[in-house]
Amino acid sequence: MTEHPERLTKFLRLIGRTQDRQERIQLLIDIARRFQPVAPAIASPPYASQFKVPACESQAYVFPEPHDNGTLTFHFAVENPQGISAMAMAVILGDALSGAPLDQVAAVSTDVVYEIFGRELSMGKSMGLTGMVNLVTSFARSRLEGRM
Amino acid sequence: MSDIAKRGYVNPNVLVDTDWVAQHLDDPTVRIIESNEDPLLYSSGHIPGAVEVDWTRDLNDPVRRDYLERPGFEALMRRIGVAQNTMVVFYGDKNNWWATYAFWIFQLFEHSKAKVMDGGRLKWEQEDRPMTTDVPSHPATKYQAPERDDTRIRAFREEVLAHIQANGQLVDVRSPEEYSGERLHMPAYPNEGALRGGHIPGAANVPWARAVNTDDGTFKAADQLRAIYQREVGLDQQDEVIAYCRIGERSSHTWFVLTHLLGFPNVRNYDGSWTEWGNLVNVPIER
Repeated sequence: MTEHPERLTKFLRLIGRTQDRQERIQLLIDIARRFQPVAPAIASPPYASQFKVPACESQAYVFPEPHDNGTLTFHFAVENPQGISAMAMAVILGDALSGAPLDQVAAVSTDVVYEIFGRELSMGKSMGLTGMVNLVTSFARSRLEGRM
Repeated sequence: MSDIAKRGYVNPNVLVDTDWVAQHLDDPTVRIIESNEDPLLYSSGHIPGAVEVDWTRDLNDPVRRDYLERPGFEALMRRIGVAQNTMVVFYGDKNNWWATYAFWIFQLFEHSKAKVMDGGRLKWEQEDRPMTTDVPSHPATKYQAPERDDTRIRAFREEVLAHIQANGQLVDVRSPEEYSGERLHMPAYPNEGALRGGHIPGAANVPWARAVNTDDGTFKAADQLRAIYQREVGLDQQDEVIAYCRIGERSSHTWFVLTHLLGFPNVRNYDGSWTEWGNLVNVPIER
């Protein structure tokens, strides 16, 4: 079984130490406040549909930036200004997976969504957040397979 | 005359504007309720005095796919300080999508003293009105609810089957891509919790958010809504309508529009929606 990228493991350990739901929520709100949308040099609106997260009601986008060393940096846009869960997820995925070994990024499971947000998510919110993970991992697979 | 009163709704009193809410922040006969799709939003800041009703934790049965029963609803109302004569005012994110869902569930228990704040959280924030992270504590009540009534505004799958066999009216409020069953653009991407794509035969497609003005989240005027639901897709106000989406949340918004703003007398929400229909064996599907 492929290990998580190191920074993702550290983050999951951090959020796993939160004492209760409210502490977890506050940590995620603080993380969402660090969200910076993708720089215009990488992508500008209107964003192309291949970067759009399917089923995400917050209209999130993922933009992979390839590097010569074979890794990817992940940039995000969240068009719904109230989509703070998507913004938190974008910060976490961007921080934890950018520059990480692609085989590890490609193997990240959507289960991390529930490790981060807990199980009490609506179906729509689950689909949006797991969609962000799926799109990131699919870009990693594309890069590994030489399609990017 | 308020802006809402000028829009021609059949039941304009079901809406209040942000001014009205601002004037009733300290009114003990009013309880403001925030209900969101995003679980982080309420804690990040909310209208002063507003309580949170979380759809996942507060309104659902924890085991079965169903809503809470009478004891659970009574416990919720007592906890958030709502009495029989308290006016509840819902608001939330995403054009009041989840606010109208909570409103709909409250109607299953016949709490008719209920309104929605037009424009929801978006408009309140746009107007730079006060927000707080303080969680209020309201005195507990002795709320007593009737048994949940699923017969008036809720539809189940057997009823939907009978409805389509009788050529009844259906409105699918999902996106055109969901309605058509079109393959999503990523190969091997999960197909939205259902094994089959498409829509219930005979359903018209009107994405739910067409009922709102995107700039401030307010509801469109009645003549604009009639142009969409009656003239464009031909819904007949006199005949029954069943609305559905993926799990019944977006369609509760359309139920609200048809029932309260346009005055359709017989609209039901099929909350089983596509996650049930698209997984059922041997039911008809159209693409």
